[in-house]
Amino acid sequence: MAAIIMSNLPALVVVVPLLLAPIAAVTAAPRFAWMIALVGVASAFVAALLLQSLTTTMGRISYHLGNWEPPWGIEFVVDSATSLTLVVMSGLAFLATLYARGSLAAEINHKDLGKCYAAWLLACGGLFGLVTTGDAFNLFVFLEISALSSVILISMGAGTDRRALTAGFNYLIIGAVGATFYVIGVGFIYALTGTLNIADLAVRLGEIGGGAALYTGFGFMIAGILVKAAVFPVHVWLPAAYGYAPSAVSSLLAAIATKAALYILARLLFTLFAGVPAITDLALTYVIVPLSIAGIFGGTLMAIYEKDIKLLLAHSSVAQIGYIALGFGLASKASVAASFIHIGNHALIKGGLFMAVGGFVAALGRRATLNSITGIGRRMPITASAFFLCGLSLAGLPLTAGFVSKLYLVRAILSQDAYVIAALVLVSSALSIVYLWKIVEVMWMQPAPANAPHLDENPAIYAPLWIVGIANIWFGVDAGWLVAAARAAAAAVMGGGL
Amino acid sequence: MLMQLTEIWNYLIVILLMMIGLFLVISRTNLVKKLVGLSIFQTSVFLFYITLGKVAGGTAPILTETADTIYSNPLPHVLILTAIVVGVATTALGLALILRINEAFGSIEEDEILAVKIEASATETLNTDTSPAPAKPKKSGDSV
Amino acid sequence: MMTPETALLVGILAPLVVAVLTPFLAVRNLWRDAAGPLGGVVTFVAALHVALAVRAGETPRLFVAQIADGLAIEFAVTPLGAIFGLVASGLWILAALYSVGYMRGNHEKHQTRFAAFYAVAVHAAMAIAWSGNLLVLFVFYEILTFSTYPLVTHKESQAARDAGRLYMSILVGTSIVLLLPAVVWVWMATGDLAFRSGGILAGAIDPQMVPFLLALFAFGVGKAALMPMHRWLPAAMVAPTPVSALLHAVAVVKAGVFTILTVVVYVFGLDFLTGTGASSWLVWLASFTILASSFVAITKDDIKARLAYSTISQLSYIVLGAAIATSIAAQGAALHIVMHAAGKITLFFCAGAIYVQTHLTKISELDGQGRDMPWVFAAFFIGALSIIGIPPAGGSWSKFMLMVGAVDAELYIVLAVLGLSSLLNIYYLLEPLSRGFFRPKVKMVVVESHPLVVIPPVVTALLSLFLFFYVDLFADLAAMMVTP
Repeated sequence: MAAIIMSNLPALVVVVPLLLAPIAAVTAAPRFAWMIALVGVASAFVAALLLQSLTTTMGRISYHLGNWEPPWGIEFVVDSATSLTLVVMSGLAFLATLYARGSLAAEINHKDLGKCYAAWLLACGGLFGLVTTGDAFNLFVFLEISALSSVILISMGAGTDRRALTAGFNYLIIGAVGATFYVIGVGFIYALTGTLNIADLAVRLGEIGGGAALYTGFGFMIAGILVKAAVFPVHVWLPAAYGYAPSAVSSLLAAIATKAALYILARLLFTLFAGVPAITDLALTYVIVPLSIAGIFGGTLMAIYEKDIKLLLAHSSVAQIGYIALGFGLASKASVAASFIHIGNHALIKGGLFMAVGGFVAALGRRATLNSITGIGRRMPITASAFFLCGLSLAGLPLTAGFVSKLYLVRAILSQDAYVIAALVLVSSALSIVYLWKIVEVMWMQPAPANAPHLDENPAIYAPLWIVGIANIWFGVDAGWLVAAARAAAAAVMGGGL
Repeated sequence: MLMQLTEIWNYLIVILLMMIGLFLVISRTNLVKKLVGLSIFQTSVFLFYITLGKVAGGTAPILTETADTIYSNPLPHVLILTAIVVGVATTALGLALILRINEAFGSIEEDEILAVKIEASATETLNTDTSPAPAKPKKSGDSV
Repeated sequence: MMTPETALLVGILAPLVVAVLTPFLAVRNLWRDAAGPLGGVVTFVAALHVALAVRAGETPRLFVAQIADGLAIEFAVTPLGAIFGLVASGLWILAALYSVGYMRGNHEKHQTRFAAFYAVAVHAAMAIAWSGNLLVLFVFYEILTFSTYPLVTHKESQAARDAGRLYMSILVGTSIVLLLPAVVWVWMATGDLAFRSGGILAGAIDPQMVPFLLALFAFGVGKAALMPMHRWLPAAMVAPTPVSALLHAVAVVKAGVFTILTVVVYVFGLDFLTGTGASSWLVWLASFTILASSFVAITKDDIKARLAYSTISQLSYIVLGAAIATSIAAQGAALHIVMHAAGKITLFFCAGAIYVQTHLTKISELDGQGRDMPWVFAAFFIGALSIIGIPPAGGSWSKFMLMVGAVDAELYIVLAVLGLSSLLNIYYLLEPLSRGFFRPKVKMVVVESHPLVVIPPVVTALLSLFLFFYVDLFADLAAMMVTP
């Protein structure tokens, strides 16, 4: 039994959540639906951890779906980079699911919870599959599974704010356009090579080396993934989507959805198109790097002027995605490793921040804005201090996870002598303190409204929140594992092998 | 020149449909029309793949008894079936959302929805009020 | 008794324990108010142990955690660190007593929050003093900034909040944009961030880049108030005076100049700096800051504002000593950390005592008040002597050594700067005294006597005198700092 599980781990990570989804959909009692979701995500997390330990010893694991040999059959490939991303994603999904029990109940209609958890499982399963698959078209399928279920999850926010509906619709349209771009790109490279297996494609595209069809395909594929990864300027769907979704959904998606797309971006640039440096170098230097810097500043500046807390955090996410994309864009082992470190740390940071805001929303019963959370530091000390902790991590204060990412990113940038970029990164980092401090001032320095009712803090909400908060400190003090795993991931991605 | 055009006219149709679809998505304010544009855009991709799969002189990729039959490439057909399913799901989800948006905002025109949002954001509660909004009186000459 | 390592742990943790316990002790005002001074005594005893161990040649160490390659959280006491640790903990005792008297005398609100964050700030200062490498120093430097924010904005008025914003913007902005890349640069050049006698940068970095790295440190350490990063200091005067005493004598500014001096001595290395001449620009900038802020101080009528600009000036004495980078100048800088701390805290204590007892804040209002507050004004006189650098006040030693160091390096203009600065100090520091004793009263106020705000300044004034005669411990530690 154990042997069967171990030998099918790559598939189980994806399949278990997907299979449990319809069961959750037909479950009437929300409590059971939640438990099913928890089981699904927890098993994926366990599988991911096992895979992580396997990849450190075995290197690249190739799993043939249906026992069909690649490149004719679809294969799932797990190497150090995949396993690190899977661990981060499934870990945060697990914590978000723990958190969702208290938070979703406060924001979503009781009778919709079963279907919500079904969509939750579909989204998780789809995202895990996105990362694991080794086939270019299968990637599109998982992309769409995760996108459509994310749209459902986001639109569930209409229970508290109807703007979630238009946010979900916009995400649907923009996401579908992006995914279709990706498919067009796949069409071009399929026409050139006749294969869809990523490893095989890398070899054959390298042999072809160039040409209009290849460049066009490349352009479409990258453009499509950039939409999903919310890189500036095609990030416009993200602020509203994360801002109006239910808090648990924002926490989940902010932590894992864009990370998966960024991982795919790295895989495309460094593995699939590794044999065509002419076009990848061009894209990295003239497209990815400038766009990521624009995203960093655009997101930070929008966050500074934003009054609604969840929208603020969403804009901040755009900036953080910019940091990760910048690390990929600089294309050295050190900078790619720094990006992987930040993939891990930002998932903790943003996941925690959205969880805390969800706690505010659940207690207040209305949206969290700079006006509505005055004095909440004293009224909800447990949640507010966790928010502060994750906020310090976001700003990159030492002894927090965010500091470790920033340290390694700045070091990687400086070792390439890109002083201007380093200065920009540091300035934007200092700017992020501005919006953090605005929120801190409002939470603690301003008095609560006159007839404010007593606010209850729900342990179901703040317990997972504090686990994430402590993790922020833990990985800020003991970053050894993450740094080593990120370095292995960078070597796997850039070594050219999938 | 004309001969070359006729050889690639499938691709020209693909490009035409792709551009029409994208244009509709971007320029139309009516949500249903956006969805229609998306569908047209996705259809162009279907045509693209099927055209890729055509082998000169090839017939439908279904096994026949006669030997030496040339078949068109079946793989793009399979891919497109998948993509069609995805497109159907997307359209269905989009239409469901449009229904809910209509209930919540009273309109399916983007500019009207935006006006409603702006008006309501003056008092936060209106946007968070999720009971169905009263239906807007139809404008004369309103084409759906 | 206590091993040096235990003393190290106690010295760093005791303030933190006080901070954590304060909210619980607040059920009785007396308990809460006693916790600070008691904690201060414990910490000072630990710091004394550590300093004596260091003077005997040991280096107490404590390893806490390994973050990742080359980055560790560890503490190790250098001679300079021992000096700063003594200053921070010793003056905390007096500052804690004083703040009790001040806060009660002024009927201030939120005293528990105040006491708790006060203790955290001292904890951060002790951790900075005894940090084992640049990373730990940076970490606690940031913690110090954040923990002093609630203290600066204590009054919660609009002015306090604006001051708080300026405070955070300058200190956090400079530390992230300038200090952090400097630390990363050192990390990349040497693979290591530890402090070593003689510095770690010699040979690891292109000599032409040294001035730039030094500039990143000098401007990145906003707490040292080197112009133009000085604006936060006068703005922070909006805080209650115990905070100003803490900021300007004990924790924050001393942490800033301690950082610069540590970096100069233990990261760059004195010989490396003098050899490359990379710090000569800093000599001029520090001299400029000394004179410019002294001139501004003369124009200020508000007591605390004048003292703030005096502080900016005196801090640049220490930066100047570091920049001259000869052995004697560096020792003078290290000693000045001690002497200025004692002198300036006296002056601030006096300013606060005057405010508590008479609600006067302006120097022009002080005419004739000296006769009603003889002890306070006498303490002010001694503190002023120390700042001016006249024997028998302790400040004369450090100023003397700085002058000798300047001569050593053949920077005679610096001598003139120091001399001119002393003249300016005489003017703006003795003016309040002359007004207080030699002029008829302009404001009739009732003096409410509060012993708890009068005793500490008298004690620190006596300390300034004491330090003139018993400077050995500090002088020995300073000498150890510059010997390899």
